[in-house]
Amino acid sequence: MALGSDAECGEDCTDNESSLGGGHTSEMLSLAAALDRRRFCPRVYVAAAGDSLSGERALRTEEEDGARLETIPRSRRVGQSWVSSVWTTAVAMLAALRLVFTVRPRLVLANGPGTCVPVCLSALLMKWLLWRPVHVTFVESVCRVRSLSLSGQILYRLADDVIVQWPELLQRYPRALYMGRLV
Amino acid sequence: MARVFVTVGTTEFDKLVRTVTSTDVLRTLSSRGYREMVLQIGAGKTEPPTGTVEGVAVRWFRSKPSIAEDMAAADLVIGHAGAGTCLEALRAGRALVVVTNTTLMDNHQAELAGRLAADGHLLHCVCETLRDTLAEMDLSQLRPLPPADPTPFAEHLERRLGLR
Repeated sequence: MALGSDAECGEDCTDNESSLGGGHTSEMLSLAAALDRRRFCPRVYVAAAGDSLSGERALRTEEEDGARLETIPRSRRVGQSWVSSVWTTAVAMLAALRLVFTVRPRLVLANGPGTCVPVCLSALLMKWLLWRPVHVTFVESVCRVRSLSLSGQILYRLADDVIVQWPELLQRYPRALYMGRLV
Repeated sequence: MARVFVTVGTTEFDKLVRTVTSTDVLRTLSSRGYREMVLQIGAGKTEPPTGTVEGVAVRWFRSKPSIAEDMAAADLVIGHAGAGTCLEALRAGRALVVVTNTTLMDNHQAELAGRLAADGHLLHCVCETLRDTLAEMDLSQLRPLPPADPTPFAEHLERRLGLR
C-alpha cells in the first residue's frame, strides 16, 4: 500500500493515512473533498455491491492515483425480511472484516445507511483486538434533523466520533459533535 | 420569460406531476407571471401535457445526468423533499417550493425540508396545498442558505489523527 507522506508540511513520512468511506455518495464526496488530499491518502471508497453508480461517481471525482473503489455485499435491502437480513448482514460483515483487515485504515469516515455499519464495526474490532490505531468517524446525514439514522444509533456509543449537522440533535444525543452544516 | 422547473428526483412522484400540471395550478402560475414550465418526471407513469396550457408552455423529460442547467435557468423550482434536490436548488440560489410526498412512509427526507422552511430558506407544502402556496408566496421573504463550511470538520480529524 502506498505511503501518504507529506513532505511539504513536514509530517513524518511513515504517516500512512488510509481512509475508508461508505454510504450516501454525494455527502461522502463533499466530506472527503474537505480533507487535505496530501495528508489523507491513499483513499479507499467502499460502496454496497449493486450501487455501482455511486462508486463510479466517487472515482470520477477522485483524480489522485491513491483512490480506489471496493464493494461489499449489501447488508440489508429495503423490505427484506428479518430472518434473511440476519444472513445477509453476516455475509456483509465477513466481507467488511476482510476488507478492513487488508486495508488497515487509519481513518474510517462513514455516513449514511447500511454498508457503513459493518465497515465501522470491523475497524473497531481491529482497534480493540489488535490495538491498531484507527479512528472511526460517523457523519450523520444532513437529512437527519430530529433523530439519528439506524446506522447512527448503532454507532452512537461505539464510534470515536458521531458528528451531526443540526444542533437540535445534541439535546437528544449529548455525545455527538456539532460543527455546523458540513455539506 | 419567467420559468418554473419541476423535479421529482430519481424515483417518481406522479401526484406532484399531475398537481403541478393541473389547469388550476398552471392558471395560478400564469397569473404570477410564469410562462414556461420544464418538468423532470423520473420513472413516473403520468406524462404531462406538452404545449401551451393556460398560458404556460410546458415541456418535460424523464432524467438527465445533471439537472444543474435546468435549475440555473429557472426562476422558481418546485421539487420533492429529497435532500439532494433541496440543497442543490438552494446552493444555486433558486427560489424553492418543496412538496412532500405524503404517501411515503418513514419520510425522514421531509425533516430537512421542514427545518430549512423553518429557517425561511424555502416554502414547504403538500400537493393539496400547492396551489394556495403558489398563489400566496412572497419570494422576496426567502433567505439565502449560507454555504456549508467543512473546515472545522477537517481540522477536527487532523487533530484526532495527530496531524496538527
